[in-house]
Amino acid sequence: MSVLVDSSTRVICQGFTGKQGTFHCEQAIAYGTKMVGGVTPGKGGSEHLGLPVFNTVEDAVAATGADASVIYVPAPFCKDSIVEAADAGVPLIVCITEGIPTLDMLQAKAYVDQTESRLIGPNCPGIITPEACKIGIMPGAIHKAGRVGIVSRSGTLTYEAVKQTTDRGFGQTTCIGIGGDPIPGTSFLDALELFEADPATEAIVMVGEIGGTAEEEAAEFIAANVTKPVVGYIAGVSAPPGKRMGHAGAIIAGGKGTAAEKYTALEKAGVHTVRSPADIGQGVADATGW
Amino acid sequence: MNLHEYQAKELFRRYGLPVPNGIVIQDKSEAANATRELAGNRWVAKAQVHAGGRGKAGGVELVDTADEATQFAARLLGKNLVTFQTDERGQPVRRILIEETSDISSELYLGAVVDRGSQRVTFMASTEGGVEIEKVAEETPEKIHRITVNPMLGVMPYQARKLAFALELNPDQVKQFAKLLTGLGRLFVEKDLSLVEVNPLVITAKGDLVCLDGKINVDDNAVYRHSDIAELRDQSQEDERENRAKEWDLNYIALDGKIGCMVNGAGLAMATMDVITLHGGQPANFLDVGGGATKERVAEALKIILSDEHVKGILVNIFGGIVRCDLIAEGIIAAVEEVGITIPVVVRLEGNNADRGAQLLDESSLNLIAASDLNDAAQRIIAEVEDK
Repeated sequence: MSVLVDSSTRVICQGFTGKQGTFHCEQAIAYGTKMVGGVTPGKGGSEHLGLPVFNTVEDAVAATGADASVIYVPAPFCKDSIVEAADAGVPLIVCITEGIPTLDMLQAKAYVDQTESRLIGPNCPGIITPEACKIGIMPGAIHKAGRVGIVSRSGTLTYEAVKQTTDRGFGQTTCIGIGGDPIPGTSFLDALELFEADPATEAIVMVGEIGGTAEEEAAEFIAANVTKPVVGYIAGVSAPPGKRMGHAGAIIAGGKGTAAEKYTALEKAGVHTVRSPADIGQGVADATGW
Repeated sequence: MNLHEYQAKELFRRYGLPVPNGIVIQDKSEAANATRELAGNRWVAKAQVHAGGRGKAGGVELVDTADEATQFAARLLGKNLVTFQTDERGQPVRRILIEETSDISSELYLGAVVDRGSQRVTFMASTEGGVEIEKVAEETPEKIHRITVNPMLGVMPYQARKLAFALELNPDQVKQFAKLLTGLGRLFVEKDLSLVEVNPLVITAKGDLVCLDGKINVDDNAVYRHSDIAELRDQSQEDERENRAKEWDLNYIALDGKIGCMVNGAGLAMATMDVITLHGGQPANFLDVGGGATKERVAEALKIILSDEHVKGILVNIFGGIVRCDLIAEGIIAAVEEVGITIPVVVRLEGNNADRGAQLLDESSLNLIAASDLNDAAQRIIAEVEDK
């Protein structure tokens, strides 16, 4: 079991024939993901990586029955791509691209919310159910099918959590990178809800960072609704206020969004917190008794 | 990207917001003339820097004569202004805004941000103007009135009226406020702002609304589609090393410690700083080299880190996901050789071919110390730096 994606998930790629799309789709196919085609306007009817290319997402969905789309198009065009995927009725839209204007995302998110589609990202590594379906830029080899659900705002920090849970033999059910932008399509709260409902997920790792109040909202949700052990790490304890730490969303503004506040909220909700990302694997062992 | 007050007010003017008449000068010789061109016999002179707290730091002054204006300009232009929001060096003053004054009867606060909780642009207004709004929000949250803007609709006039009534404005002021707020709403969306503040928005003795101060942050991700905004960038207000890093697509932020950091990924870069702090050290910077950690970019990153004279040691932390660690190790070795580093460098490589990478580091004749995990890496570099 897993959440959102598994070995039967049929995936298309928007921005398929571009450099990023090509490289990461090759990797996804090699990993065993059921890639069924791609979209590049104007290249419909051709073939790329042995798969059909379509002019529109609507055409791609009609021909392939795709139920997920991964977006690698450049930032200025992502609002259009996300809305196109939602209009074509793609159930899961994963946007990897970094640097999308915030106001574009406000509109895109508001629009997607009115449809049946779910958006993951942007500015994220994507989503992977190990040994079944890899949608995104994460290195497949460090993952292992297992029993920990991982949700994270940061790419490389997710890999830390993955590597440690793999090395200890716990493995992962699904790893969701929700991304480092201020307006994420899927929140911690959404991911926690999915992991709580998934029988195969026995423990949850949550990797947050400074900025916003998503971790605090997640803490409230955990206290009220999550019965599984949760291990939490928050990056940015040493970050100075007012500076954007790489991710658009990682900034302490108006004294709000500090790591200390987030740790306090998580600990109050019964989350097992660790202060170093090197201790995430140990944290899972401690929280579960494995 | 931050704008200066005079730039914010110019945008306000273009969107029909009431701002005082003013003249921007770059040389003290222009000060006297500015007071002559402006109306009245009392003016306010304001140093233009990207920092708050200018008033308390002596960067804002009322002047009654052309001489006083000239003296103020002579005192500040070309100097650095240190406020509670700047570092100890302060921000360079290259322009001064001289404005007409008005009699103030009361001060309001008006601001807008992208609110992450509601995923909407949110406008906030309060009768408690002129002070720090964070303080008002904490101590008397009931005094802050809010509206959230539907991204498909923009600010609706009724929402503007609602805020105006909450501020207990008179009927004529309600009209002025509604026009002002809808203008500000258009400005926010059309220029891709991430924050705008009018603090204070004053009611003059005559009963009119005037934007006495203006602060604007533009969404960095959207500057590409506003050439007029891009031109307003003032690099003198930004950190020189941070700008140099940007040219190489490196994300660098200077901090106060002794341990330079080079990391791939923003989250991991922050976490690396945290782990150094956790083990009793102090990071000198945040630096994300991004996904493609090539030899050239690693070399440039090392040069930028080393240009900070406080740096006594460097911690390199790379999680090689899709990139192979042995290739990264080769890049680091080549870069260290090229740059000629004499201080200790601890390298932690994890992921693809990590063992081969560590072996390459060990075999090189350079002063590179391989570490196993992040805790180990932090402890090793702290030990090296503390020994010195």
